[in-house]
Amino acid sequence: MNLSISRRQFLKTATFAAGALLAGCGPKGAPGARVTLTQWYHQYGETGTQDAVLRYAREYTKQHPGIAVRVIWIPGDYSTKLGTALLTRNGPDVFESTLSEPMVTAGEVAPLDDLFTPEIRADFNPKDLEINSVGGRIYGVKMFDDTAALYYRKSLLEKAGVDPPRTMDALIAAVKKLNTDDRKGLFVGNDGGVGSLINIAPWSAGSDFLVDGHIVFDNPRTAAAYEKVLELNATGALLLGAPTDWYDPSALTQGLAAMQWTGLWAYPAIRKALGDDVGVLPWPALDAQGTPATFLGGWSSMVNAQSPNVDEAKKYVKWLWIERADLQKDWCLSYGFHVPARPSVARTADALRATVPQTAAHNMTVYGHALPPSWNSAMNTALTDAATHILKEGRPAAGELANAARKCEIVLRRMQE
Amino acid sequence: MAVTAPLSKIKTAAPARPRPKPGANLAFWAFVAPSLIGLIVFTLVPIGWGFLLSLSHAQNTIHPGHYVGLRNYTDMLTDEAFLRSLVTMVLYSLFIVPLTWGMSLGLALLVDKAGWGKSFWRTVFFIPSAVSYVVASLIWRISLFNGLSFGFANHLLAPFGIHPIAWVGTVDPPWYWLVLVTVRLWLQVGFYMIIFIAGLQEIPKSLYEAAAVDGAAPGWQTLRYITLPQLRNTSFSVLMLNLIAAFQAFDEFYNILGGGGQSAGNASLARPPLVYLYSTALGDQDFGRGAAGAFILTALICAVTLIPGKLFGLGRADK
Repeated sequence: MNLSISRRQFLKTATFAAGALLAGCGPKGAPGARVTLTQWYHQYGETGTQDAVLRYAREYTKQHPGIAVRVIWIPGDYSTKLGTALLTRNGPDVFESTLSEPMVTAGEVAPLDDLFTPEIRADFNPKDLEINSVGGRIYGVKMFDDTAALYYRKSLLEKAGVDPPRTMDALIAAVKKLNTDDRKGLFVGNDGGVGSLINIAPWSAGSDFLVDGHIVFDNPRTAAAYEKVLELNATGALLLGAPTDWYDPSALTQGLAAMQWTGLWAYPAIRKALGDDVGVLPWPALDAQGTPATFLGGWSSMVNAQSPNVDEAKKYVKWLWIERADLQKDWCLSYGFHVPARPSVARTADALRATVPQTAAHNMTVYGHALPPSWNSAMNTALTDAATHILKEGRPAAGELANAARKCEIVLRRMQE
Repeated sequence: MAVTAPLSKIKTAAPARPRPKPGANLAFWAFVAPSLIGLIVFTLVPIGWGFLLSLSHAQNTIHPGHYVGLRNYTDMLTDEAFLRSLVTMVLYSLFIVPLTWGMSLGLALLVDKAGWGKSFWRTVFFIPSAVSYVVASLIWRISLFNGLSFGFANHLLAPFGIHPIAWVGTVDPPWYWLVLVTVRLWLQVGFYMIIFIAGLQEIPKSLYEAAAVDGAAPGWQTLRYITLPQLRNTSFSVLMLNLIAAFQAFDEFYNILGGGGQSAGNASLARPPLVYLYSTALGDQDFGRGAAGAFILTALICAVTLIPGKLFGLGRADK
C-alpha cells in the first residue's frame, strides 16, 4: 500500500481541516433553532446560580420552540470583557450590566420602553427606573436589588458593653472597645474602606456626587465624611490584609472581626455560621446633620442594539425578568440573597420576613442611594484617588476634592460631546 | 602580552554564489509570509490604528473618525493621575533596576564559582522565571504577606514579639513596596543571572591567567579590573531589558494592590502607567486617551533606552 500522499491531496485535506476549524469559530447555533440568543452573566459566587440560569434558558426554549438561549458565564473582570465585546459585532444579544450614558451614546443598548406598560412601570422602585434611564428612555430591566449592611455580632457587643452604633463617633468608640489581640473591631475591606465606603460615607453626611448633570461632591461635608473614615483607620482596629475582601463574609464568619460591612447577598452564609448572633445596621450617620446610608445596587438586564435579533432578545428579557415572578423569586432567594426588584414579587417572598433581611431591605428602601448613569468609571477613578489620599494618606481633603471635581467636570463635558 | 589573531579574522575564500533554483523565490515567500503577515496584521496595523485613535474622540468605540487633533495628548500630559503614574514608574525603576542588576550579578558569580552542582543551582535560581506573574502575585498577597497572624511573614515575626502587619494595606511605612519589590526580584533575578553567566563564560581564561602572572590578586582586584569591564555589554543589556520591563510593570501591581474586583483603594497608592492606561482604555472605554497615553509611554521608553547608549557608547562592539 502506498502511504505517501500527493501534494494535491495534502492541500485538499489541509484546506478541509482549516475550513472545519474556522467554522468552529463562528457563532454557534443550537441545532434545530431558528434563532439563538447569546446571554452573558458575570460569575455569581453562590452555588447553584449557574445551573439556575441554564434551567431558565432551557425553559424558555421549551415554551418558545425555535428560540435557543446560549448562556455564557463570565469569570473575572466582567465589565471590561463586556465593554470590549460590545465594541464588536459578536457581542452578546442579552447581558446584565449597570447602565452608563456612553453605552447609550455609542448605540450599544436598545431602548426597552415598550416592555414597560404603565402597570409594570408602577411596580418598579422609581430609583430602579431612574438608574436605567437616559434622556427619558429606559434601557434596562432591573433584575434584583442588592444592598449592604453593617453586620455585628450581638454577643460580642454585649460582652464589650457596646450599643449598636448609630453615628460615626459611636462606631469609632465601639470599634476600639471590640478590638482584641486576635479579633479586630471591624472589617470594611483591605483598603481601609476606600472601595466600600467611597460613596456611602459622603451619603451618610448628606452629600451626593452627580445631581442633574452637575458634580456636587466638592464640599466640606464630603471632606468631613472622608476625614472621619481616616479617624476610623487611625484606631488601628480595622482588619486589613484579609485573604478575601469586604463583599465576602469570611472575615465575620471566621471570627477575624466583630463587625463587617458586607452585602445582604452574604446573609445565608453568615446565618449558617453565626445563627441568630448577628444584627444589621445601615452605615451610621456622620453626625446629627447626617443620615444613615446604604446603597441600592444590583444588576439590570439589557439588550444589545447591534444584535440581529433585537425583538427576540427583548421578548426573552420580558419573559425572564418581568413576566416570570416565580423565576425571579427563585433567582433572588434560593442561592444567595437579593431583594426582588419588584415590590409585588418581594411581598410574596417568605425569606424576606426574617428579622435580618427585613431590616436590611427596609434600610435599603429608606436609606438606599444609587449613582446616575452619567457617573462613569473615569469619574470613579478620580474620586477613588482623592479618597485614598485623604483617608489613607491623610492629605488635606479640600484640595484633593477640588482636583477630583475638576477632573470629573472634564469627563462630563467630554461625555456630552 | 602576546596577541594572536582571532580565528574569525582569518579570511577564507568566499564560495561561488549558487545560482537560484527555480521556485526558490516562492519558497522564500512561503516561509516568510506567515510571520510577515502576522507582523503586519497583529503589530503594524494595530500601531497605525492606535495612532489614529489617539487623535480621535473614541468613547465606547474603536473606530477613529471624530478627530480632535492632539487633545488626547494634552489631556494625558495634564492629567495628574497619569503624571503621578509616570513618577511611580520612575521611582520604582530606580529601585528595582539596580537591585536586580546587583543580585543577579552576585548570584551569577556565586553559581559560576560553585565547585559542584553548578547546573543544579543554575536551575534552582532560574525556575521562578517560569512562574506566572499573576500566580506569584496571588501567592505573595494571600499567603506570604497577608495581614493576619497566620500569614507567613507575620508568622516569622511573631517570635520577636511583633504584632501582625497588614503588609498591603499599610501606608506608613509603605510596606506594600516590600511586597511588590520582592515578588519581582524572585521572579526575574534568575533570568538575568543566566544572562550574566553566559557573559562570564565569554571572558577568555587567558585574561585571568595573564592577570595572575602580572600579580593581580584573585578576588576583588580581578573582579574590578577584568570581570566587570568584560561584562560591560552584558550589564548594559541587563540594565536596559530590566528598565523596559520595569516601565511595563502591570501584573503584580494589578493583582496585589487591586483591580479586577478587589476593593479599589490600594490601587491608587502605587499605580504604574500601564495599569492606569488599562483602566482608561478598557475600564472607561476611552480608547482615544488610552492610545495617546500608550504613545507617550512608548516615546519615554525609547528615549530612556536609546539616549544612554548614544551618550556613553554602550552596547557598541569593543574596539
